[in-house]
Amino acid sequence: MSGDPTLERISRSNGLALFAAGSWTAGFAPVLEEIVADAEKLTGSRPDISIDVSRVSKLDTFGAWLIERLRRSLTQGGVEPNIAGLSANYSSLVDEVRRVKAAPPIDTTAVTITGMLDQVGRAVVGVGGTMAGLIDMLGAVLAASGRVLIHPRSFRLTSTVHHLEQVCWRAVPIVVLITFLIGCIISQQGIFHFRKFGADIFVVDMLGVLVLREIGVLLVAIMVAGRSGSAYTAELGSMKMREEIDALRTMGFDPIEVLILPRMLALVIALPILAFLGAIAALYGGGLVAWLYGGVDPEAFLLRLRDAISIDHFTVGIIKAPVMAAVIGIVACVEGLAVQGSAESLGQHTTSSVVKGIFFVIVMDGVFAIFFASIGM
Amino acid sequence: MAPEATNAIIRVRDIAVQFGSTKVLDGLNLDVKRGEILGFVGPSGAGKSVLTRTIIGLVPKVSGSIEVFGIDLDGADDAERRAVERRWGILFQQGALFSSLTVRQNIQFPVREYLKVSQRLLDEITVAKLGMVGLRPEVADRFPAELSGGMIKRVALARALALDPELVFLDEPTSGLDPIGAGDFDELVRTLQRTLGLTVFMVTHDLDSLYTACDRIAVLGDGKIIAAGSMAEMQASQHPWLRAYFHGKRARAVMG
Repeated sequence: MSGDPTLERISRSNGLALFAAGSWTAGFAPVLEEIVADAEKLTGSRPDISIDVSRVSKLDTFGAWLIERLRRSLTQGGVEPNIAGLSANYSSLVDEVRRVKAAPPIDTTAVTITGMLDQVGRAVVGVGGTMAGLIDMLGAVLAASGRVLIHPRSFRLTSTVHHLEQVCWRAVPIVVLITFLIGCIISQQGIFHFRKFGADIFVVDMLGVLVLREIGVLLVAIMVAGRSGSAYTAELGSMKMREEIDALRTMGFDPIEVLILPRMLALVIALPILAFLGAIAALYGGGLVAWLYGGVDPEAFLLRLRDAISIDHFTVGIIKAPVMAAVIGIVACVEGLAVQGSAESLGQHTTSSVVKGIFFVIVMDGVFAIFFASIGM
Repeated sequence: MAPEATNAIIRVRDIAVQFGSTKVLDGLNLDVKRGEILGFVGPSGAGKSVLTRTIIGLVPKVSGSIEVFGIDLDGADDAERRAVERRWGILFQQGALFSSLTVRQNIQFPVREYLKVSQRLLDEITVAKLGMVGLRPEVADRFPAELSGGMIKRVALARALALDPELVFLDEPTSGLDPIGAGDFDELVRTLQRTLGLTVFMVTHDLDSLYTACDRIAVLGDGKIIAAGSMAEMQASQHPWLRAYFHGKRARAVMG
């Protein structure tokens, strides 16, 4: 096999001959670059330079380009070298490389302070765009529901049931497990601290109010945003990437009606059910811990629970659920449809679907808290 | 260096591939000679892509042996395998460009992994490769989603050629291109084969490609190679599928 590449310099009466030898291939690129950079310094020193490549044992695009680079920089320096000894196999490659236009555009994405400020500014302006997008989607979904109400036959029951299975039925185990554990933890912490002033039994009040009004629905909504919101965004996003949504549109279907309405409806039905199951599981877990750890037997627990909470607490919690579901669904669908062609974009939008979903759920919860406080519920 | 005395760059012997209980390839033998463009045809679903993917190691085989560059891929350790992979380039049917990287990054990706090359040389080589596949340097900073179908194929070919491979696999390179674009592509493959001394393994359904670009044609059927040879031999064959394929309405149109 051929050895390391070399570029030998031999002085002649009328100039200089450069003899290239060895294998001028990609594998030797670092060595070759040095050799060529060295030889480029010969510019102007001699009136006549020739490059002899007859002893090159192997040549590929890298080697051919480096010879070409040398030729160009020598030419720029005022000496036009002639290339000799080119074998027939390689001449077409060298010709090909000679046609390459010099000075490739360099991509420079430098991080500067103005650039960062620019990004912050754009992000702030983007918030307005996001809100507009969400309201736009809400309007589109409401309009589509209106059309479906007028023409009930266009309603996609199968699709809705399918999504209901995905977001509701299959979510039950994990939702119940997590809310059960949270109930246990709230109860244990309550008993531990209340015991110091002999108020063990009030843990039931805390548990009941907290779980039914706030934690139950909020926790479930956050889980659903992470579990189903992300799935919606990924599904719609990859459909967008493969032009499936465009295909639907050209066949005369409204993607909102076909894809988004069933998903939204499934979510709006699912979240109250999951919130209810979650609340029950949390109460059960809390009761269990109160009994085993705090010595509050089940009968006393139930008795106290009946006194401590009214139907209002439950209503407040469950009213919030469908609204939160709608928020999660709209955010997920808007993000899904915003996906561009790349895998990276899909990842970004799925992330932002979950982040925005959770953010809006918490904001909604705050709005509801103010509302219910002012109407005295 | 392993013995490469024989002229075959790929040597496939008694390959069997099975998905579940369906035998896709069964006792297949194939040689690809150094420096040739082999056109690989067969009915849809016959397993053309499966054979390609088996040779490049994406599909496991039940039995048989595959030698590429004289190296038995079953017996090769990781280092040997990598050395072989460095010497071949693959153009996937859909291009398989990395969608989150620009054209430039796509082409530079394999080079960066395998070679220590300065950024300047890398950029210059990228422009050279783009030029070779007939694209202008301005394309370099676009993302794959912003390219047309033909451009994706060209960029994918440029990426396949990034490391100056000795062997390229082309999976339906002209499908989805307009006839002029497909003709250009055939011409391009021919030119590159001449300039770079490539060996090309081309799965195709394009009769024009078979006529203009390929030196030899191999036909897959029933999990075996049913015929291999020059275009003239294919046309002379009495095999019913070959007759239908090479003497059908479309073939007559191509032959004029």
